Amino acid sequence: MSEGGGRKPIIEVKDLYVYFYTYAGIVKAIEDVSFTIYRGETFCLVGETGCGKTVVSRTLTNVVPPPGRIVKGKVLYHKNGEVINILDLPEDKLREIRGREIAYIIQDPSSALDPLYTVGYQIAETMIDHGTVKNKKEGFVRAVKLLKEVLIPDPENRAKAYPHELSGGMRQRVVISMGLSNEPQLLIADEPTSYLDVTVQAQVLDLMRELKKRKGLTVLLITHDMGVVAEMCERVAVLYAGNIVEVAPVDELFKRPRHPYTVGLLRAVPNPLTEIERLESIPGTVPNLINPPPGCRFHPRCPHATEKCRREKPPLVRVGPSHYVRCWLYAGKEGGEA
Amino acid sequence: MTEEVYEKKILDRLSDALISFLVKIITLFKKDWYRKNRSRVEEWRLMLYALNRSPIGIAGLILGMMFIVVGIIGPIIAPHSYDFSFIMATGQYKKYFLAPPGTGGALLGTDDLGRDLLSQLLYGARISLVVTALVLPVGIIIGILLGLISGYYGGLVDELIMRVTDMFLAFPALILALALSAALTDRMAMAIANNPYLTSLVSFIFAVKPNDALNMAQTLSIVVALWIVWWPGYARFTRGLTLQEKNNVYVEAAKALSMSSVGIMTKHILPNIIGPLLVLITLDIGNVILVEAGLSFLFGAQMKIPDWGAIVQHGSQYLVNGAWWLVMIPGLAILVSVLGWNLFGDTLRDILDPKTRRSIEFKVKKKKKGEEVTQE
Amino acid sequence: MSEALVKVEGLKKYFPVGGIIFTKGWVKAVDDVSFEIMKGETLGLVGESGCGKTTTGKLILRLLKPTAGKVLFDGKDITKLRGRALKEFRRQANIVFQDPYSSLDPRMTVFNIIMEPVRIHKIHVDDPEEFVIKLLYEVGLNETHLYRYPHEFSGGQRQRIAIARTLALRPKFMVLDEPTSALDVSVQAQILNLLKELQRKYGLTYLFISHNLGVVKYMSNRIAVMYLGKLVELAPAKKLFENPLHPYTKALLSSIPIPDPELARSKERIRISGEPPSPINPPSGCRFHPRCPHATEKCRKEEPVLKEVEKDHLVACWLYA
Repeated sequence: MSEGGGRKPIIEVKDLYVYFYTYAGIVKAIEDVSFTIYRGETFCLVGETGCGKTVVSRTLTNVVPPPGRIVKGKVLYHKNGEVINILDLPEDKLREIRGREIAYIIQDPSSALDPLYTVGYQIAETMIDHGTVKNKKEGFVRAVKLLKEVLIPDPENRAKAYPHELSGGMRQRVVISMGLSNEPQLLIADEPTSYLDVTVQAQVLDLMRELKKRKGLTVLLITHDMGVVAEMCERVAVLYAGNIVEVAPVDELFKRPRHPYTVGLLRAVPNPLTEIERLESIPGTVPNLINPPPGCRFHPRCPHATEKCRREKPPLVRVGPSHYVRCWLYAGKEGGEA
Repeated sequence: MTEEVYEKKILDRLSDALISFLVKIITLFKKDWYRKNRSRVEEWRLMLYALNRSPIGIAGLILGMMFIVVGIIGPIIAPHSYDFSFIMATGQYKKYFLAPPGTGGALLGTDDLGRDLLSQLLYGARISLVVTALVLPVGIIIGILLGLISGYYGGLVDELIMRVTDMFLAFPALILALALSAALTDRMAMAIANNPYLTSLVSFIFAVKPNDALNMAQTLSIVVALWIVWWPGYARFTRGLTLQEKNNVYVEAAKALSMSSVGIMTKHILPNIIGPLLVLITLDIGNVILVEAGLSFLFGAQMKIPDWGAIVQHGSQYLVNGAWWLVMIPGLAILVSVLGWNLFGDTLRDILDPKTRRSIEFKVKKKKKGEEVTQE
Repeated sequence: MSEALVKVEGLKKYFPVGGIIFTKGWVKAVDDVSFEIMKGETLGLVGESGCGKTTTGKLILRLLKPTAGKVLFDGKDITKLRGRALKEFRRQANIVFQDPYSSLDPRMTVFNIIMEPVRIHKIHVDDPEEFVIKLLYEVGLNETHLYRYPHEFSGGQRQRIAIARTLALRPKFMVLDEPTSALDVSVQAQILNLLKELQRKYGLTYLFISHNLGVVKYMSNRIAVMYLGKLVELAPAKKLFENPLHPYTKALLSSIPIPDPELARSKERIRISGEPPSPINPPSGCRFHPRCPHATEKCRKEEPVLKEVEKDHLVACWLYA
């Protein structure tokens, strides 16, 4: 779908639909989501609460929790020339991939770490589970090495510490090192810094950039913070109410945002380096996904909504090099190259 | 995409009808009520759907309700009085001595005096029900009050109340009941016998003959003993819940508005902890029934009154004679009553937690071009 | 030149570590802080976790009792108030909390939530429904929301309800404790604009507490920066960003992720190492010295005092004394 600048794809998501079957009704969390992540890049999924970004990340290793279910779609993993559909894999094959080839870093470092075990033990445990090391001794030695890589001072002693003895920033670094411990092909970072203070966040983001450069990692970064997107990512996909509304290289997205939602989002972020007379907000609220609006899901809040927007859902069309938008403002004109 | 429709089961339609009926009755009194409480009614609807999804919960509710209903109408529908004897009435000693179930007129059999087991069970149900109804509210009210105060104020007050609670928790219910029974029974029996009001009150509530009213004294002393040991559990539990609730921001918001402590406890904390408390109470009903039966089993030496425990105790003497029904059937009655409330209490826990309620998966019928596929 | 509505003098709040009886030490959450808030202005209070900004806000409203120092509201010392006088003060000064998901009682309808302050202060209202509906319109909601429960609303809407609740008493002063940190960006903009509008309409004075510098800049006239219980810099918003003086402020501003990829790549990154130390045993002298790239011997020994270095621009740093 999108060019990755000559790079090879590692994950291809095609026509993904995820529904949650609840008492109150069927929540159409994700519909018609397709994107490609290329090797070596940092790809960002941006959106606000409820847009479905975390659900998308969960589908990549088929860990969508009930009552959610993947109703349709493929998650293609490109490995050594082979293409495997992760959603078709049996549980044991999945376990080999999860944590090893595709690793997660989750938001809240305090709940990612078990308070009863030392930090070194937990890092070693992930490696032992996936066969990266043979025993606890070897695991511990490697854990210390990993802690050094994530710039934790005095790693030999820190590895023997318990999570509560470490600060938030340290814990997040430990979680990152756990994610990296099995040398994954793809690292999925779900809001890795939202619980951290600004100065600590800056340090952790610096670290992630360094590590990525050094190890040539592919990173899927999920966030709601446009600043983090600007600092970290090469390509961005904007999600709204379970749909991808815009995909573009990061400079393009910020300079020439096309989708009205993206435009509104960027205008709503108070940039401290500029003078803002009045912050422009997007009127209304995120729609209820049990009964999403017909046609384009953004139309009730869109200043350019037309009758067509209310009736028909726009397709994703190309509007520039590697730049795609799902909007009738562009789909009609450009002839709808999907 | 195929059309997916959430099909309402018959039960759901029933529960909807029930709710609409209730709403109609309430609006007769308060015309504005539905407008102001529409959201609450929706919540009830969802709760009932959740209940409908749990056959065990429904079974439990039915059994539990049966306990209450039988407790109330038992004595009224009983074919005979609890002290009626087939032997005395018909003179057929051999036939009605330890008669097994089904013996002419005695649906569940008779005991050594020819008394009808079925009737005794029905009268016993009333006694169980009344004891539960006497013991629980007192324990609940005292316990919740102390728990709220202890949890909310903390500090010295908390320490004091908790130490007192610990002391009461340390009381062995059995020994206490024994001691109280010895101390109070005679005095209470005298009081009841001498006061005609008390006699008629006791005989009405427990459905016993006025002559037997003073024999209820022992049961009443068990009630007093249970009052003393029942509240600490609620106090501890409520305190724990209060400690959690106290940290919620809306409590702080109320303080910022200068709300009084009493106001905060009654209007903010109590309504939010009622859910888990209700579950505890429901599960506790079974406990009271069981403990009361157990204590009356131990004390019911004479069995002048048809307390379930006493029936079992009396009947146990005749197990050697093969009269299994005198023990098994009352035992079954106790089991079923306790089980019903336990099962319902468990389901209630799932229903009252808004998170679990909303995420319970339901069955969806997919209609795909005429094919009907049930997906689980 | 408007007068000060709130005057904070030498405010201290120490929390005991290890219980009341066996105190092992003190968490010096707020340590000798002084500033003023002028009538009608918005003073922004920024800092990272553990700096004491939320504690300061609560101290000003007497939700906590100060260990030392005074808070003057409209000229009166409110630190020693009790009973009816305290209640009267709370009518005029109130707070909007950070978390919209737990600041509203889930068992109360919107109507009751908003009427609650009115009932507590025993204010007579002719038509309660009308009264509440008017307030709902003020915050951008309407009468259909009257008898619903909090869980039926989004975070942004809940925050509006919380704002309506504080408005019910027509206060003069509001502490806004991270009112939009838990909200999405698009909703945040709505709430911030609402707060600004209400301030204009009713001449409200705000103390805006946040760790989000972009938001604070948008909302505030002046900004105070706190570090580990101390005030390190205080300046008009624009000046603070154009010319930050304190090394901590500089690092803080440099750490904000900029929503502009080109600027992000080109900007100078000032990073401070390590993490904020624990407020139980703060470093000697200037509290920032262990992480400061310009620390000197003096910084280690003596604590700098907040001084006016340029017009209206105060810093507590030996680089400028």
